[in-house]
Amino acid sequence: MSLHDIYLLSPEISLAGLALVIVLLDVFIKNRILVQSTLALGLVVPIVFSVLLWNGVGISDNLNSNNQLFGIFDTLVVDKFTLLFKFLFLGILAIVMISSITYSHRFEKTKIEYFSLLIFATVGMMLLASTRELITIYISLELTALPMAVLIAISGNKLSSEAGIKFLILSAVSSALLLYGMVWVYGLTGTTDVAEIFNSIQGINIENVSGSETAFGNYGLLLGVILIVAGFGFKISSVPFHMWVPDVYEGAPTPITAFLSVASKAAGFAVILRVFFGSFSTESISIEWSMIFAIMAVLSMGIGNFVAIAQKKMKRLLAYSTIAHAGYMMMGLTVVSSRMDDFTFDGPAGVVFYLIGYAATNLAAFVALIAISNKTGSDSIEDLSGLGRRAPVLAFCLAIALVSLTGIPPTVGFMAKLNVFTSAFNGGLWWLVLAGTVSSVISAYYYLRIIKVMYLSDPLENVPIKPDRLTSIALTVTVLAVVVFGLYPTPVIRAARVAVEFLLV
Amino acid sequence: MDGLTQNTGFNGLLTALVFLPFLFALGILIFARNDHHVRLMAAVGGLVELVLSIAVFIAYKKVESGFQLIDRFNSWIPIDSFRVDYFLGVDGLSVPMVLLTGILGMVAILASMRITNRVKQYFIWILVLQGAVFGVFTALDFIMFFLFWELELIPMFFLISNWGTGRKDYSAMKFIIFTFLGSAFMLVGALALYISVGTFDMTALPELVQSGIKLVIPAGAIFGLLFVGFAVKLPVWPLHTWLPDAHTDAPTAVSVLLAGVLLKMGGYGMIRVTASIMPDVMAGLAWLLVAAGVINVLYGAVVTVRQTDLKRLVAFSSISHMGYVLIGLSAIASKGADAAAVGLTGASMQMFTHGTITGLMFLTVGMIYDRTHTRYIPDLGGLSNRMPIIGLAFLIAGLASLGLPGTSGFASEILVFLGAFPVWAWPTALAVFGVVITAGYILWMTQRTLFGHMNSRWEKLTDASKLELVPIVMLVATILIFGIYPAFLTDLFKISVEPIVAAVNSSSEILSR
Repeated sequence: MSLHDIYLLSPEISLAGLALVIVLLDVFIKNRILVQSTLALGLVVPIVFSVLLWNGVGISDNLNSNNQLFGIFDTLVVDKFTLLFKFLFLGILAIVMISSITYSHRFEKTKIEYFSLLIFATVGMMLLASTRELITIYISLELTALPMAVLIAISGNKLSSEAGIKFLILSAVSSALLLYGMVWVYGLTGTTDVAEIFNSIQGINIENVSGSETAFGNYGLLLGVILIVAGFGFKISSVPFHMWVPDVYEGAPTPITAFLSVASKAAGFAVILRVFFGSFSTESISIEWSMIFAIMAVLSMGIGNFVAIAQKKMKRLLAYSTIAHAGYMMMGLTVVSSRMDDFTFDGPAGVVFYLIGYAATNLAAFVALIAISNKTGSDSIEDLSGLGRRAPVLAFCLAIALVSLTGIPPTVGFMAKLNVFTSAFNGGLWWLVLAGTVSSVISAYYYLRIIKVMYLSDPLENVPIKPDRLTSIALTVTVLAVVVFGLYPTPVIRAARVAVEFLLV
Repeated sequence: MDGLTQNTGFNGLLTALVFLPFLFALGILIFARNDHHVRLMAAVGGLVELVLSIAVFIAYKKVESGFQLIDRFNSWIPIDSFRVDYFLGVDGLSVPMVLLTGILGMVAILASMRITNRVKQYFIWILVLQGAVFGVFTALDFIMFFLFWELELIPMFFLISNWGTGRKDYSAMKFIIFTFLGSAFMLVGALALYISVGTFDMTALPELVQSGIKLVIPAGAIFGLLFVGFAVKLPVWPLHTWLPDAHTDAPTAVSVLLAGVLLKMGGYGMIRVTASIMPDVMAGLAWLLVAAGVINVLYGAVVTVRQTDLKRLVAFSSISHMGYVLIGLSAIASKGADAAAVGLTGASMQMFTHGTITGLMFLTVGMIYDRTHTRYIPDLGGLSNRMPIIGLAFLIAGLASLGLPGTSGFASEILVFLGAFPVWAWPTALAVFGVVITAGYILWMTQRTLFGHMNSRWEKLTDASKLELVPIVMLVATILIFGIYPAFLTDLFKISVEPIVAAVNSSSEILSR
């Protein structure tokens, strides 16, 4: 590991260091204020390093080799794509930590461990966004999954423990599928490097079985790709790999649910974009997997939205909504007709923009929800009634987030959907767009029902709920992002486009 | 007319028109200390908007025709593969719609002065609604158009469900789901157009699409997707079921806006988007329009006769009257350019006049309900003894609604029939029966509510106050002015439908060769 590698990994190293330092501080100097201020200051360091790297990979947006830095035997890459995701993860981490401060009193004993594990999971995700080699992807995935399993179970009650075990087992199963798929790909190509896989499968025609000399013909490659899709399908909570989502979301501590729904999903999509657009974007194989994603998208949108209608608890409702949103995002993966086509960038850029918009929206919803459930101690929709009068600020923020989740302008949710819809249409998948818009209409019913309950039903109690100062800051930031990017999405779309151009280099 | 050089620049009038309501809403949110302030600020906002919309009406130069008062920046979302511009402008079709929105916005605000429940929120939503509708009528970029189209849903949802009566939650949700479903189809249609020709510019789309460019999905499918979006809003039978519920349960001022302006968004969209961009497809499917129109007219009228709730009655009569818009549009299939132009002008005129007439009807019904606390027709009767002014206004609205010569209702209906008759003789003849039924239910309704034996419960009712008189006078004046001299409006509509008619004729000439 050279000095250059350390420079490239500086955000991850500093973040992991922070996680260790706060645990040690907690053991030796039992001073909560010191730990908290260390946390706050410590978060700034990886952000600064990421900004330095952003400048390091070239100010110009033009593509050339200097804009990508490779490290640790070329298994890691630092470019604007990875850095954009690092900023996203760090932002999510900061907001989730803020919303955890009051919530974590429920598990006072393991509070510091909670924060430390949260940081470790984020490190795993940041690594995931920068890997370009299958084995490293697997390791980073495990680095994310293990802390997450502990975090989900950290409340210690029955629901939470059950959710933790469920997550652990299912993520192990999905990792196994993923690994098996990787083995197939490695067996056929002899390499685990994303770019080299692309080079070696170029010209392979899936349909042509007889002309191939490898075992099982070229269907082996297809099998590998399908297994990899299944493995990642768990991570992004897409149908038909969504069974774990509602239970885990319900059982996990609410800030962890928020983290799972935005950060895990973003990490999953980051690595999908890297692998599928980096390795498997040859003409013959991309037709196959883009159709798989298209079908999964329709199923996710349909099942997610329909089942969400019947939910009575906010966390379960948002779990099904997140399944549906995975569907909208997957629409952006379906446009890969050929590597050279200019439209190819639209799909991935749409996904990245959607992830950013969804992160802001869902975090706004969850931060408001956490502040509410800290007071009411419940997460059923019924208990939100009359919130418009009890907690006007929180209710308003939650309402904006829900409007954005529905995809009604002027919010970022609308712009994000518009982007992926346009890109899918460009790929000729107009039926997919129709399915997307119609399922948005279905989703309007259950999102607006919550708004209705908040503003129209009479409150069960009359105790006003006020968010504390840090929560207010987190809410302001996320809600502003939702509205501002809804009205003027240009900078984010530009950044996303610049980022995804590195995928195909 | 050189379209390209004209469609740039920044005039500022329309931007002010569209965004001032939002600013007033924000002002109310921040500065208003009590309900009195809120009402005052909202009234000032409504007045400013009325003045601005009259200014637009005057500033539009008929002789020059085309799009005027353009406000355009080319860099709202300037991504190569996905370009959206900030683009506002008006033509002969949108100017009267803007005027209508200005008038009814003021009327709605004045009619809301008796609201006492959560006044601040109420007026904020009313102003946001008005801004969104102005946006729909002036946006010339399809995505902007769609943005405003959707933006109008949120205030409507809150207005109906918060301040409505009866099954308000159900009605609000039904309204939202129907409209949202329609606009989902519309969005797919808009994207299909965009992907085919590469622009959302509504002034450039007609020429590009008609130039024979290859569309990604068949033109008929795009037309269908777009049309469904507008048909829900108009509403066209059988997509109309949201309307009676929403109208009946909405508060008075919202019913005025809903019937007066929001339904017109559907008709406006049909002309601005479907008829302008794909006139030949529309001409080919005109039989469908006329069939739907006749069903709307007759079904609406027959159902109206059976209503016992005053507000529901007016709501169903709206469905009937919107049928005339469809019949007028179906004249697009006419071989002769004149009849087509007359039909389309009639359809546009019908939208404007129905807006003012139904606005006045809902307004007076609201006033009657405020006093009697019932809308059940058999309970009413003899009301004109106690409230002669309200009664007179109600009567004028009713007579204009059945198309009495001298009121604007006559001008628009005669144009619709004149335009449609040469092409669709039998359907038009059938639709004329709608007028007869209309006369029946209107006269029967006025007889049962205003005249006849007065229930002793209504002895102490009062007539319109001075404040209530203002919106009544505004609407009555509009109905009479445009009834006596409809050319103020028909000239405007005519210049903007002529390009559409010309496009149909040129394409049918190509076909006949």
